[in-house]
Amino acid sequence: MTARLDFDPLLDDPATRVLVCCGSGGVGKTTTAAALALRAAERGRRVVVLTIDPARRLAQSLGLRELDNHPREVVVDGFEPKGELFAMMLDMRRTFDDMVLTHAGRDRADQILSNPFYQTISSSFSGTQEYMAMEKLGQLVAQDEWDLIIVDTPPSRSALDFLDAPQRLSTVLDGKFIRMLSAPARASGRGLLKIVGTGFSLFTRAVSTIVGGQLLQDASTFVQAFDSMFGGFRERAQRTYELLRSPGTGFVVVAAAEPDALREASYFVERLSAENMPLCGLVANRTHPVIATDLPGANALAAADDLDRSGEAPLAAAVLRLHADRVAVADRERRLLARFTRAHPGVALVGVPALPADVHDLDGLREIGRRLAGE
Amino acid sequence: MTSWTEELSRARLHVVSGKGGTGKTTIAAALALALATGGRRVLLVEVEGRQGIAQLFDRAPLPYAEERIASAPGGGEVHALAVDAEAALLEYLAMFYNLGFAGRTLRKMGAVEFATTLAPGLRDVLLTGKVKECVNRTGKDGRHLYDAVVLDAPPTGRVVKFLDVTKAMADLAKVGPIKGQSEGVVRLLHSGDTAVHLVALLEEMPVRETLDAVAELDGADLRPGAVLVNRVHPARLPARSVPVAAEGRVDASRVRAGLAAAGLELDEFTLDGLVDETVEHAIRVQSQQEAMELLGESDLPTVELPELTDGVDVAALYELAEVLVAAGVR
Repeated sequence: MTARLDFDPLLDDPATRVLVCCGSGGVGKTTTAAALALRAAERGRRVVVLTIDPARRLAQSLGLRELDNHPREVVVDGFEPKGELFAMMLDMRRTFDDMVLTHAGRDRADQILSNPFYQTISSSFSGTQEYMAMEKLGQLVAQDEWDLIIVDTPPSRSALDFLDAPQRLSTVLDGKFIRMLSAPARASGRGLLKIVGTGFSLFTRAVSTIVGGQLLQDASTFVQAFDSMFGGFRERAQRTYELLRSPGTGFVVVAAAEPDALREASYFVERLSAENMPLCGLVANRTHPVIATDLPGANALAAADDLDRSGEAPLAAAVLRLHADRVAVADRERRLLARFTRAHPGVALVGVPALPADVHDLDGLREIGRRLAGE
Repeated sequence: MTSWTEELSRARLHVVSGKGGTGKTTIAAALALALATGGRRVLLVEVEGRQGIAQLFDRAPLPYAEERIASAPGGGEVHALAVDAEAALLEYLAMFYNLGFAGRTLRKMGAVEFATTLAPGLRDVLLTGKVKECVNRTGKDGRHLYDAVVLDAPPTGRVVKFLDVTKAMADLAKVGPIKGQSEGVVRLLHSGDTAVHLVALLEEMPVRETLDAVAELDGADLRPGAVLVNRVHPARLPARSVPVAAEGRVDASRVRAGLAAAGLELDEFTLDGLVDETVEHAIRVQSQQEAMELLGESDLPTVELPELTDGVDVAALYELAEVLVAAGVR
């Protein structure tokens, strides 16, 4: 029997310090993170929620008008939580720039920031957003101003990207190729040949023809500068990774009751358990449970057909059909979730019935919070 | 609202993008089936290494080779190809540099990933290059091998960067074999042979992203095709009842009388439940209508595809393809 994911005790427990909401794109991670943060604040915690790319109306509901990369207290008329609520949107580029500015001297920083390769990596490499989300999380933890940090994760295709992308980025930048490519600055090209053979020299030639020698040069300058400054990407990624495994951190996996999203959730759950990371449970988001539970869909359809034939009571016929639609959707969702719980019987789960329209204010978030808590 | 236009029917490369989670791959597959209907041969291409096509058609992962995966009504055929940047780069390097077994070694060492990471534009140049080759390939009779190519492209956030090979080239070498190839790609993507369709859902974020993408495509001189609205929830209530019901006003006694006429005697609890369901349905239909109006700003041909309560399987793809054909897709 699958346990119910019970949020209130989790949110109230002072030992809960970080909650990471993850899941594949489009499942409602950001809204879930914001709703949990609001609920925790109203129950007395001092909370900050780190959102990534929120919908405009959701951002506005939190009073976030621009991406300024610093937590702001949520001040909305009539909102007087027992605790406090802060919110921020991640600015990936600025987080990266700040990191460089904090750690490098002024001259060094300018040199790095103007490096074309840095500009590419900091704005468009696919792992950077995840890397910077981790970096920001690390900063918020270090600031020690909040007793609960709730983090949304980047809208990647796969939930696993959040765990893997920083590692991938550091592998690429710490990897042997960049070292080999940066080696000519120090050693002779001839030495290289001996080490890796003709394959590599052909490759370097091909790559520099294709991507251009200047780019290779920029990359190697950047990596060397970065390396001496931070002790390498890899160690840094490793540190944030450790943070995620420390006591007080919990993962909330969010999924829609759809095959793709649940498949991703399955991968993620397995991965967390393999890495000994604490899983709080699964949020089955935006379900459509039947409200008029005593009327079977088939009966409703049969009655609707009768009414359509006679042409009377079009309103009742419509009501019956929309009920039958809802029964079909609910059945399918139940089937899909049952499949998930059969495979992962130990994972606590809560279904969150969909609101009929987008969230655009704190009341909407509060309502989602209630649904998350099973009220 | 216009449906499929004559201009869209002339396109040979149909790029399908959309916000993540909107059902881009499903719609791309349905579009391929629709275009193949009536006896044409269509190639469906994916470029993100997800094997989404294989999952959709419930079959083993696709190799880096074109394979026939489905038949369409009227003797049409859909073939599929999963383009892999790594394979494309090695194929490419092999053409110009005699790499031999060194290629395999490089792959094992992760060199290819390194190169494509170093110059993200390189990946896109390679992938679009392969797509162009498929679009332009001719058979022995000198006619195009594929009547149309459908590309399951990256999501809206990245699609313009992906298609804007000219910009990617600015980062890359300005001479050499890649330059020649990318000029051909630029010509194709900016010509009337290409249309970029956007898959949307009738919700705030996907609609906004769609409109942003249209503006971005226009700005990059790429041609937006149609907006394909996915998972449209069927409107069951008579149109005039929607606004009232959305405000929570449903005439329960009228519903009760109607149900009684159909021989259904329901208790208060069930009747209240039906009323609540009706209110939620009306709110949803209304917010869909608002989203639809907002989408109208794009001024593009729009096709609505229904939400499928049984989920998406191969049969459902044919169902969606029929809807597309009925909307004039050919």
